[in-house]
Amino acid sequence: MNTGTDRVKRGMAEMQKGGVIMDVVNAEQAKVAEEAGAVAVMALERVPSDIRKAGGVARMADPRIVEEVMNAVTIPVMAKARIGHIVEARVLEAMGVDYLDESEVLTPADEEYHLLKSDFTVPFVCGCRDIGEAARRIGEGASMLRTKGEPGTGNIVEAVRHMRKVNAQVRKLVHMNEDEIMTEAKIHGAPFEVLMQIKKEGRLPVVNFAAGGIATPADAALMMELGADGVFVGSGIFKSENPAKFARAIVEATTHYQDYKLIAELSKELGEPMKGLEIAGIAAADRMQERGW
Amino acid sequence: MTKIGVLGLQGAVREHVRSIEESGAEAVVVKWPKQLDELDGLILPGGESTTMRRLMDRYGFTEPLRAFGKSGRPMFGTCAGLILLAGEVVGYDEPHLGLMDIKVERNSFGRQKDSFEANLSIKDVADDYNAVFIRAPHIVSAGEGTEVLAECDGRIVAARNGQYLGCSFHPELTDDHRITAYFVKMAKQAKALLAHS
Repeated sequence: MNTGTDRVKRGMAEMQKGGVIMDVVNAEQAKVAEEAGAVAVMALERVPSDIRKAGGVARMADPRIVEEVMNAVTIPVMAKARIGHIVEARVLEAMGVDYLDESEVLTPADEEYHLLKSDFTVPFVCGCRDIGEAARRIGEGASMLRTKGEPGTGNIVEAVRHMRKVNAQVRKLVHMNEDEIMTEAKIHGAPFEVLMQIKKEGRLPVVNFAAGGIATPADAALMMELGADGVFVGSGIFKSENPAKFARAIVEATTHYQDYKLIAELSKELGEPMKGLEIAGIAAADRMQERGW
Repeated sequence: MTKIGVLGLQGAVREHVRSIEESGAEAVVVKWPKQLDELDGLILPGGESTTMRRLMDRYGFTEPLRAFGKSGRPMFGTCAGLILLAGEVVGYDEPHLGLMDIKVERNSFGRQKDSFEANLSIKDVADDYNAVFIRAPHIVSAGEGTEVLAECDGRIVAARNGQYLGCSFHPELTDDHRITAYFVKMAKQAKALLAHS
């Protein structure tokens, strides 16, 4: 019996497809998420919009919160470690967390190197804005990707930009001649072998979810329409007026993303969604998507 | 041509579609109950069983799926799909569809870090099968009419009960289509049988 193989790690993400992964900060929220049909929960100390407000250094969550969430639900539990923070990642792995997010939402611990994720038994998800980032993270052993978007803003524009860009670059790669791939690898700072694999398979070798700014059921459906394999919803759910109803609506809109009449029904009387932020109004230093290299 | 549906509410739907097509049948992604009428067989894919159950309830799938199975048309559950098919789920008062005479336990091999690949012998299918187990359930006990097809580490991981086929692992995650081909054959035979009755 072999544990921690690529197939087992990537396969776990395949099982999440078409689903919604929700940020939660305690057991009670985790249960609401599970009840609404979330495929997994991300256990955090603070959702991204609160991290943004609080400022200062954002770190791995208190293990007690993670443990509390793990004990509350039977669906998989994910948790975030800082970029390059080997020990936070090992601690969460030792606790038995099902999936780690090496996340730009937290303050990076290393401004030069990401984790060598292939060294871990636990699978990782990482953010990406373009094919270069996507391929570097896959090269390091990420088993799942997500758009970075701009977390905690309730503004979908950056997630749309990142999803479109990665998919357009994958399409371009697929149509290139093989003798052109090395130069493409050089341009994007991407590992050649990963680009060759993408070209051969005609798609990314791991699933790619949407994340960072999804605030409504229509936002979730839009990301599915653009080719996302599923969605992460962070601040959107538990910052809304009726989280249980809101969570159910997002789950259904993700499943039936092309059923517009249904999405209209789901979007009725959801109450006030989270107040969004204009990206241009966020100082460059406060843009989480710029973190990671 | 034999037409096999894949319940398309959530999970590894695309992989099953590919596997069905590789096995020489036509694949249909099923998003609404009315699509069940045209099918000769149905696969309940891997994914999150709680999520699928919520969506099944919301879109009125539960009774039509039970009727589908009881009509004699084959159903194949993989991982989460096996949990949906089972007659009894350890720790739960009620089963989901309750069609297959087996008792299953969820996440019984542990959390994701314990997920694994193993080589199996599956009766009537293959004696050298590489199976991928992800937060997998296992079959705690099988009823009298249920034939055990494979075991792993002393636990039942594949079984057949009449028109119902179930396994703990994910045949859709490898390029080995032998177990899907076995199911397609079950659907083909059932179709011929139902046409005569």
